[in-house]
Amino acid sequence: MNTWQVNWVGFKTIVHKEVFRVLRIWVQTLVPPAITMTLYFIIFGSLIGSRIGQMDGYSYMQFIAPGLIMMSVITNAYGNVVSSFFGAKFGRHIEEMLVSPLSNATIILGHVVGGVLRGLGVGAVVAIIALFFTDLEIRYPLVTVSMVILTATVFSLAGFINAVFARKFDDISIVPTFVLTPLTYLGGVFYSISLLPEFWQKVSLANPILYMVNAFRFGILGSSDIPLATAYTIVIGFVALLFSACYWLMHKGVGIRE
Amino acid sequence: MSALSIKQLTKRYPNGVEALRGIDLDVARGDFYALLGPNGAGKTTTIGIVTSLVTKTGGTVEVFGHNIDTHRELAKAELGLVPQEINLNLFEKIETIVVNQGGYYGLPRTLAKQRAEKYLKELQLWDRRRDIARTLSGGMKRRLMIARALVHEPRLLILDEPTAGVDIEIRRTMWDFLREINERGTTIILTTHYLEEAESLCRNVGIIDAGQIIVDAPMKEVLRQLQRETFVLTPREPLTETPVIGGYELSLRKDGDVEIAVEKSSSLNAVFDVLDARGIDIVSMRPKSNRLEEMFIDLVENRGAEKITAEAGA
Repeated sequence: MNTWQVNWVGFKTIVHKEVFRVLRIWVQTLVPPAITMTLYFIIFGSLIGSRIGQMDGYSYMQFIAPGLIMMSVITNAYGNVVSSFFGAKFGRHIEEMLVSPLSNATIILGHVVGGVLRGLGVGAVVAIIALFFTDLEIRYPLVTVSMVILTATVFSLAGFINAVFARKFDDISIVPTFVLTPLTYLGGVFYSISLLPEFWQKVSLANPILYMVNAFRFGILGSSDIPLATAYTIVIGFVALLFSACYWLMHKGVGIRE
Repeated sequence: MSALSIKQLTKRYPNGVEALRGIDLDVARGDFYALLGPNGAGKTTTIGIVTSLVTKTGGTVEVFGHNIDTHRELAKAELGLVPQEINLNLFEKIETIVVNQGGYYGLPRTLAKQRAEKYLKELQLWDRRRDIARTLSGGMKRRLMIARALVHEPRLLILDEPTAGVDIEIRRTMWDFLREINERGTTIILTTHYLEEAESLCRNVGIIDAGQIIVDAPMKEVLRQLQRETFVLTPREPLTETPVIGGYELSLRKDGDVEIAVEKSSSLNAVFDVLDARGIDIVSMRPKSNRLEEMFIDLVENRGAEKITAEAGA
């Protein structure tokens, strides 16, 4: 069996393991985002949103639905990889992969695809919930699908890096709590940045999540604060940068080899 | 071609600890090789480097001729590792752990399942295949790690203290299994603190101390070098004084038994005659410790003494 075949089978094994892990602990992985997002739709969409009126020409519920879907994709893609890879590191069963002939790229890609699939699964659940509250028509399916996959990839890779550096369980909750959540909330999920003063509009442009949420919203509603090409450039750039960082960390054995 | 060839292997940790100081080691194909040494001697570091869990500072390692730096994947495909510490996913099903490990070595799922069945049956774990690993006893977890290491049928199996904390009955079952695996052609490297295990199983032995190999020889030859043996004699009534017998070194133990150290070529008949004449009836005799253990302690302690002498001289 050649190296390519070994890595292909190994990749499928990691993905299989990750998907079954998500399904095995579905009460922890699929139910909480469904409940949280339902509450968001009820409170922000129905109760408060009805008083806000229109945003960028859409009802407030329609406006926030793509952002809430993206928010759950980001959180779950990140959370899946960081908890799975750190758990394997903590329990030392990461050694099962490290002693095997799998390449570093295969190990990274297997975990990232696992994270992407969980992100997409949860995103699909949230999208279905959204349909109970509002009508969503996908204007540009290619943009919608490609942007959600790219975003999930970015945050799966980021979760992988977090897991590599984490030494204790506290370390895997610091980034989601203090970085990811604020950036997501300030990334245009609940408002259009055109509502902000000019200075804060410029500050917002430094937030990569803004580009992802807006491009995804463009795919569904056809409206965005950001040029689509800029969003794709930034997101693809992040994928390349973060994958290179993951590969380098694995190659150097940072956090996983003595 | 050797199963494992190590040349001038060195490892210095970032904190300055020099774990390995230029190790040379060759393990022949089909061998059952014991790698022994006190805690912290460098056994696990050596194994870690061979299996790529530890990065080396210098030297070369080849597994069946594949250099771990230039042909890492090929070298790793030949290896199976049973580590010292339990490193199972404790929340995963037993069969899944073994099947997934097969996948990491490129085995298609159907074949991995067949192999998992084969090795879980051989290691008496098949009935527990649907349980999660957390529910297994310590000995069962050790056997599961052996099954996991064998699923891709490696040509070189490295076992780092595989029977630690395992009761004697299961340990002996594991010995029989390992002998069988070795007879089928798998080269085995074993580290253990149970020296009777090494003596019983291994054909060749390497002793590592303070990051250096101090013995690398056939087990028979190493045991042949033992010049003295100590026996414990149990009298019918516990003694209160040390019997003095000319030409023999005897000492009284707290329990009233007597220890006697003799040269390998000496006869013990004269000792029994003298004791009998003095009315001391010996009801049993046993070796004080395992032979390899005596030699091991002798070697390691002597090196310690040499080191202390050298440091004092410096």
